[in-house]
Amino acid sequence: MKHALITENIEKRFANHLALDDVSIQVPEASIYGLLGPNGAGKTTLIRIINQITAPDKGKVYFNGEPISSKHISLIGYLPEERGLYKKMKVGEQALYLCQLKGLSRQDALKGLKKWFEKFEIQSWWDKKVEELSKGMAQKVQFIITVLHNPTLLIFDEPFSGFDPINANLLKQEILELKRNGATIIFSTHNMSSVEEICDYVALINRSRKVLEGEINEVRTNYASNIYEIQFEGFLNIIETSLSHEYKILKVEKNLKDTIIEIELLNNNLTSNDILKRFLEFGNISMFRRYLPKMEDVFIKVVGETNSLTE
Amino acid sequence: MNKVLLIIKREFNSRVKKRSFIIMTILGPLLFAALMIAPIVLMRLEDDEFKKVAVIDETGMFFNSIPNTKYLQFENVSLQYYDNLTTSYNLTKAKEDLKNTDYYALLYIPHTAVQTNIGVVQLISFRQPNMALKLHISNSMEKKLEDIKLSTKAQEFGLTEEDVTNILTVVNTRIDVVTTTLDEKGEEKQSSTEIAMIIGYICGFLIYMFVFMYGSMVMRGVIEEKTSRIVEVIVSSVKPFQLMIGKIIGVALVGLTQFLLWVVLTFVLVFFGQKILLKDYNPEKFNPNSVIVGSTLDNQYNVPDEKALKYEEAFKAVFSVNYLQVITFFLFYFIGGYLLYAAMFAIVGSAVDNETDTQQFMLPISLPLILGIIVMMQVINNPASSLSYWFSIIPFTSPIVMMVRIPFGVPIADLIISMLLLVISFVFMTWFAAKIYRVGILMYGKKVNYKELWKWFKYKN
Repeated sequence: MKHALITENIEKRFANHLALDDVSIQVPEASIYGLLGPNGAGKTTLIRIINQITAPDKGKVYFNGEPISSKHISLIGYLPEERGLYKKMKVGEQALYLCQLKGLSRQDALKGLKKWFEKFEIQSWWDKKVEELSKGMAQKVQFIITVLHNPTLLIFDEPFSGFDPINANLLKQEILELKRNGATIIFSTHNMSSVEEICDYVALINRSRKVLEGEINEVRTNYASNIYEIQFEGFLNIIETSLSHEYKILKVEKNLKDTIIEIELLNNNLTSNDILKRFLEFGNISMFRRYLPKMEDVFIKVVGETNSLTE
Repeated sequence: MNKVLLIIKREFNSRVKKRSFIIMTILGPLLFAALMIAPIVLMRLEDDEFKKVAVIDETGMFFNSIPNTKYLQFENVSLQYYDNLTTSYNLTKAKEDLKNTDYYALLYIPHTAVQTNIGVVQLISFRQPNMALKLHISNSMEKKLEDIKLSTKAQEFGLTEEDVTNILTVVNTRIDVVTTTLDEKGEEKQSSTEIAMIIGYICGFLIYMFVFMYGSMVMRGVIEEKTSRIVEVIVSSVKPFQLMIGKIIGVALVGLTQFLLWVVLTFVLVFFGQKILLKDYNPEKFNPNSVIVGSTLDNQYNVPDEKALKYEEAFKAVFSVNYLQVITFFLFYFIGGYLLYAAMFAIVGSAVDNETDTQQFMLPISLPLILGIIVMMQVINNPASSLSYWFSIIPFTSPIVMMVRIPFGVPIADLIISMLLLVISFVFMTWFAAKIYRVGILMYGKKVNYKELWKWFKYKN
């Protein structure tokens, strides 16, 4: 697998505070990579190092296999969490300026901006001053500025904050579109449901260290509990009596024909196949699935575990 | 480099398009021009008024000796107020009558006025009479008395009028102190202390003002970028140093543009203002003094026109200043001083979250600047003192203090040391500021003190 970005053993110290401790991440190409972690864990510092805003004390960053350097700046698009625009400057003029700073020529920037403004139907904002825009409107402009120079690596820090659900969805579609077009996206957020929806990989940073990294479903499976949901047509009372030493029934929901039950295995050696075999004897199974934990649960669990370890 | 140019362009354009810049640029020259033209206009307005002056002359010697001018008319009212009973003049009544007549003032010449060499006459009026009227009266009367005394003495010694004229021509003496300074090559040039003082003062003060104005403009710009949170987007595209230096240079260009516009506009305004406001201006006509100077004094004794001499001298002195040199050094010290202080202002801007927090860091910036202004006052009086020397060498005050010394002439060695030190210190200060700036602009919500700034300075990058 090719990696768009690799960090190796990054360490960064601010006076007495160790902001990043031996952090190595691998971001696969053309994927959406969720960078998670509690406030103050070091995510922003890591992002700033990737953006070459600050330099690490130790460790290396590789961009497409090369040690990262200033020539990569134009290949990265960054939407910071704390973002703003010059309030007194006109929207179009400002977008042009910021795109030119990224290395685009004035003509290319103008052409690209016109296209995006049309796409978002915001052409009428061009000559408005930024202070006349609402927060959500300004965010849209910032998003355009971030992606306009066709970066191969995009870093979004809390991109959905300040957006209403309609515009948040619009933005999500745009991010997925960018991925389909081959861009790699690092996505930092506290909103775990959006992580589940769009991320392919995740890394969790807690207290300056990386505590978890991997493909999202793998991560969720690893932290899965022994809870299954089964929908079947048959006799509930037999199940209740015959197998009660192997599992506990958490929830029963009866429909006209079907029964949906939630069970938790008491014996860790049992596999899904074992459960399935047992249930086949009692009726027609129309649905059988193991509960995958929500990313939120994984997050809380891992952070809690590592905190108790370090304390 | 290309990106720095983009930043400079934005910083420049966004400021010169501001309404406040345009207003300042227009108001400045209007103010300067008004200051230059106002005195002349005021003087003229005052003298435009026609005034009649009543004269009570106890001596009976002067009435015809005070000539009328276009705006002044003297009328002898002595007889009206002569009291035959007391054989004196009723001054009290004359004062009372002044209210009811159209006389502007009452001139009372007592007997005592001619008894000694220092005579006193009274000018009574409801409003404070202007200088020109007073001078007109005293000059005319002095002339008359001198003439009388002269002819009496001439008769005593049996001299003819021709003799007197000859003697006066020989005796007439005039000493002008013309200041001449030597340049490095030992060549002489005429100079004027007054002109040098004025130019030095203006230059020093302008530098002080500009450094403060445009330095704090840099600071506000940095704070604006920090509070609007645009800075992180920008530093992901350019280095913090590029952003800082772009801003500093952009604002410097704004300053130079404003200065240039002020100079040009002031010149244009003063030129046309004079033409329009004073098109019928003729000093001979309205200045009462010139009547005497022109008619009696010159013709009689052939004394050179004092006024003309004065003008010539001032003219020479004004042009004795090497303006090209002054402007060149002004630009150098303005840019050097500005760069030194702008870097410090940038540090302050990067350290705080809003403008109200800047107060605690302003002291190290404003203290040397204000010290420079205080020292400037001393230097004007004594440009060659050791105080002047040291403060024109120390880079924090040299832009102001050296500018005051330059019109008086400064040894080349002093200039070189001062300029070199200024360049070295602004380069050093910019480097120092950049190290703090790149950390500060990304720090929010922290109460910062000098210790914290030092910590930032030591961060590795």
